[in-house]
Amino acid sequence: MTASASARPLPATVGHGISERLSKKASRHVKERIIEAVLFAAAAFSVFVTVAIVYVLVKESWVFFQTVPLTDFLFDTQWTPLFDDAHYGIMVLLSGTLTSSAVALLVAIPLGTIIALYLSEFAGFKVREIAKPFLELLGGVPTIVYGYFALTFLTPILQKIYPDLPGFNLLSAGLVMGIMIIPYVASLSEDAMRAVPMALREGSYAMGATRLQTALWVVTPAATSGIASAYILGISRAVGETMILAVAAGMQPNLTFNPTEPGATITSYIVQVALGDLPHGSIGYQTIFAAGLTLLLMTLAFNLLGYWLRKRFREVY
Amino acid sequence: MQIQTGLDAGVEGALLKAEVRDLDFYYGAFHALKRVSMPIYDHKVTALIGPSGCGKSTLLRCFNRMHDLYPGNRYAGGGIVFHPDNTNLLAPDVDPIEVRMRISMVFQKPNPFPKSIYENVAYSLRVRGMRNKSELDDRVELALKGAALWNEVSNRLQELGANLSGGQQQRLCIARALASDPEIILFDEPTSALDPIATASIEELVTELKEKVTILIVTHNMQQAARISDFTAYMYLGEMVEFGVTDQIFIKPQKKATEDYITGRFG
Repeated sequence: MTASASARPLPATVGHGISERLSKKASRHVKERIIEAVLFAAAAFSVFVTVAIVYVLVKESWVFFQTVPLTDFLFDTQWTPLFDDAHYGIMVLLSGTLTSSAVALLVAIPLGTIIALYLSEFAGFKVREIAKPFLELLGGVPTIVYGYFALTFLTPILQKIYPDLPGFNLLSAGLVMGIMIIPYVASLSEDAMRAVPMALREGSYAMGATRLQTALWVVTPAATSGIASAYILGISRAVGETMILAVAAGMQPNLTFNPTEPGATITSYIVQVALGDLPHGSIGYQTIFAAGLTLLLMTLAFNLLGYWLRKRFREVY
Repeated sequence: MQIQTGLDAGVEGALLKAEVRDLDFYYGAFHALKRVSMPIYDHKVTALIGPSGCGKSTLLRCFNRMHDLYPGNRYAGGGIVFHPDNTNLLAPDVDPIEVRMRISMVFQKPNPFPKSIYENVAYSLRVRGMRNKSELDDRVELALKGAALWNEVSNRLQELGANLSGGQQQRLCIARALASDPEIILFDEPTSALDPIATASIEELVTELKEKVTILIVTHNMQQAARISDFTAYMYLGEMVEFGVTDQIFIKPQKKATEDYITGRFG
């Protein structure tokens, strides 16, 4: 930097000219700021709602845990909040949720994966174009319809095979829930498989592999992260499903991992209490917040697992 | 067969591995190969050159029936006679999977599978039902040595193939193609995605490989064809313009069109 460069004076007119231009820019700037603020508000709203939900759940659960010790909540083997001799063992509801979800996933994961493999690797263009909308239709059926389907169609059939099966049971609800989840698993897995570059398939075929070998040994491992996300979504749907279980599984708190018994799940219990005539603020009413918080923590755990799986198995093609 | 271009110079003692005879090929309605004929000599490197869209990759992909993977592709006459079987590779009753087991391929862009280095090479053996661990180990090592990659990866065979550099990945793909002892390896512009140093190592490898296997290579790079091939075929608009010993094609081509392309006046 030389002295002459810094010492040169500015022309007298320049000052005014610059300030005029600056004011124009500033007006555009204000518009941009407004748009930015609107966009921010939209994004902040969803965050706010999430935080608010968590706040309400935690606050109300806090009230609940003032009366019921956490150890009772976690380790008691009875769930009878409405009885005189009240017990608050969440394990009872959790067992119903886990059992029905396990049944559902035993249906949805194998079938969904096989359907995805077929549509992505074997089906011709026409078959895929016809089959996919039907599959997605399956996902669009209201769950209450599935619930009645389980109760009035599937349960009677199952009772013919297994006469001791009660009219309300976790098995029938779980199976139908599995059918409901198939489209989610199949559709997302298929997207993941189809995203595998053709170059990888060609490489496999060029080594003399068959279609099945290519599908199982190259396409599936390459699509692992997407398939894992599909499974996680399936699990979240199963854990959070309400109507099918409320209609077909009996809403009867029952600590069991036997699907042929009736049972209540976290979600169906919440429906039962929310629709019942328990006074607000009573400890019975307060239980649904503790149950809801448990559900939220479970789905959060699955989402974190999904996030980790996506990162762990993400493929660089 | 009308191959008249002074073959005597390089052909003595060379056996035919395959012959393309009056081959016609269509992509849907597009006539991509027009009565193409050429010989492929055993244990030699044959290069296919020509401007983009001339059908050289299309011809290459006929050899391992890659076109069968997509609907609308049609072998419409003539064929590729494979020796010593004396069978037309393109005959409808020939199983494309069996063809690919004997004629392997290396692609333009390295395409290692999302598996370990070891499993990438073992893949072509596993699809043939090989399960014996020690036999697999031996064959994988042999193939990696054959592809001049063993020294660089022998202590990290369980790492992902995708972790290797581009040139190493391409040599991994060559090892994969070599592992099952194919009779022909097809190279589809194997160095077009690589830097000059990696390219040089692949070229060197190709020249070494012809001891073991017959090589057919598509290349955009005429210097590359001149450096590594024994025979060169010049194609244009789906037709075989000229086939001959590489030196002859590059020094004294018989056809004006070939000369124009080679001297860069066209294409």
